[in-house]
Amino acid sequence: MTPVQAIIAKELRSYFVSPVVYVVGAVFLLIVGLLAYLYIVFAGAQAIQLMQMQGTAQINLNDLVFRNLFSSVRFILLIILPILTMRLFAEERKLRTFEFLLTSPIGINEIVIGKFMSVFLVFLGLLGLTGLMPLVLALFCEFDWYPVLTGYLGLVLLGALFLSVGVLASALTENQIVAAFVSFGLLLVLWLLAGVGSLLGETAIGQAISYVSFMEHYDHLVRGLVDTKDLVYFFSGLALMLFLSHRVVDSSRWK
Amino acid sequence: MIEVQQITKRYGHHTAIDRVSFSVAKGEVLAFLGPNGAGKTTTMRILTCFMPATEGTARVAGFDCADQPLEVKRRIGYLPETPPVYLELTVTEYLQFVGRLRGLTGKTLTSSMQREIERLGLGTVQHRLIGNLSRGYRQRVGLAQALLHDPQVLILDEPTVGLDPKQIIEIRELIKNLAGSHSVILSTHILPEATAVCQRVVIISGGRIVAEDTPDQLSARLRQSEKISLTLKSPAADTDSRLKAVQGVQNVFASGIPGTFLLECELGRDAREEVARLAVTSGWGLLELKAISMTLEDVFLQLTRDETGLPQGAVVASAEPTGQPA
Repeated sequence: MTPVQAIIAKELRSYFVSPVVYVVGAVFLLIVGLLAYLYIVFAGAQAIQLMQMQGTAQINLNDLVFRNLFSSVRFILLIILPILTMRLFAEERKLRTFEFLLTSPIGINEIVIGKFMSVFLVFLGLLGLTGLMPLVLALFCEFDWYPVLTGYLGLVLLGALFLSVGVLASALTENQIVAAFVSFGLLLVLWLLAGVGSLLGETAIGQAISYVSFMEHYDHLVRGLVDTKDLVYFFSGLALMLFLSHRVVDSSRWK
Repeated sequence: MIEVQQITKRYGHHTAIDRVSFSVAKGEVLAFLGPNGAGKTTTMRILTCFMPATEGTARVAGFDCADQPLEVKRRIGYLPETPPVYLELTVTEYLQFVGRLRGLTGKTLTSSMQREIERLGLGTVQHRLIGNLSRGYRQRVGLAQALLHDPQVLILDEPTVGLDPKQIIEIRELIKNLAGSHSVILSTHILPEATAVCQRVVIISGGRIVAEDTPDQLSARLRQSEKISLTLKSPAADTDSRLKAVQGVQNVFASGIPGTFLLECELGRDAREEVARLAVTSGWGLLELKAISMTLEDVFLQLTRDETGLPQGAVVASAEPTGQPA
């Protein structure tokens, strides 16, 4: 077992002995399920209306259910993922295990990657459980799977980015509440940058600001558009956040 | 095994340690003595590559702490002030995690874990969550962690804190047994501990090394004169001057308690016999007569109080006795 695997195994163990994962997971699945139910019921109501007016009904579940759902889940992730990441480094500092970790014969990059991977696996597990919803829906109706899968790809990438921001925030402080708030704030700013960008319009600055926000990149994937530009955005953002976390952890040794 | 040369650590304007140099041979146990905030922990953190020194070099087993931290870390077992344990893991899970971080696998890992669990008496608690263990057990788990990969160098920051007297003796025995095969640095402010387990003592105060020697040598070097305490039932008015006249006695102090005198004698000269004879023949009512030797405790207090340090080879002014010169 490599050190990274050892850290992942230990972090997963720590996640699942604490109630946090269960509570966060339950709330996440409940809200996603509730939203999916509401969107499907609305779609059904629309279908009935169309049926009464035209005699036949052809509704697009991709537009009415999945696109709405993926847009909403984005906001839920923004709130719950900081709760998952807040303990990663902050707790080590509080409990004085940080020094032990940094005096172990492993690199800081291994620590950062191990910690990120562990929470990413937890997130993938939660996201995997929401996969039941389209599977069940597929039994009763027809829809296009392609945008659903790219939407999920978008969620995975978006989640990874959110988690890496959370890892950075957790490395900055020894207080978990502060860590959660800092990552929440950072993510909200990233979100709102899209608004600032569109306010400035099609100028170079406006486009640059829009690019920094995850909004348009995620929207492309939800619409079924897999563009290299967007993939580059997510991967470079993730790499930048993990690199900054590395620097923050490293610099804490100097203080 | 450990070589520290002129290391200095500054935090902004505050200098935590100032040009500290010392070395530890293979198999030697060195005690780091000093009051709180003297720089013991900072020195240990530099040696374990947790933080870099501002100036100077530290080498462990031939590897520089600044240039080859991974090689150094592989050879060090470190117990910080607070045992670095994860409360949500059981003792075995924790040791397993520690072993994996240090590259132990399979049979080696299992046998190392078994060895440390036995050595530190953790058998009965090995499947319990560390969060439910007492301070003493957590400390022992911390020690097991430091010893797990059988490192050449052990750095222990106050290893006996939080243990009960029986455990303290056990841990001291353990450290004594490690001497010879391992180099150990331990910090403490419990002086008998340093005398009990260490071959050499470094006293650090205000970020500087003020003395370095064996425990016995240290107290001998600081002792300028032999001291005798004398208690008389009915001293006469001329007792002071007559005691002073005894050969070898340099100074006589009246201590705060009536009838008790403190005599300072030449080094290497025992004036007790003469003094006793004088007291008896003069009819002062001799109640008590004893030599006072300087304990490491006195040495420590003296060195850390004035922070002047111990000049090489020379002797420092002896501890001021209480009371006024007669």
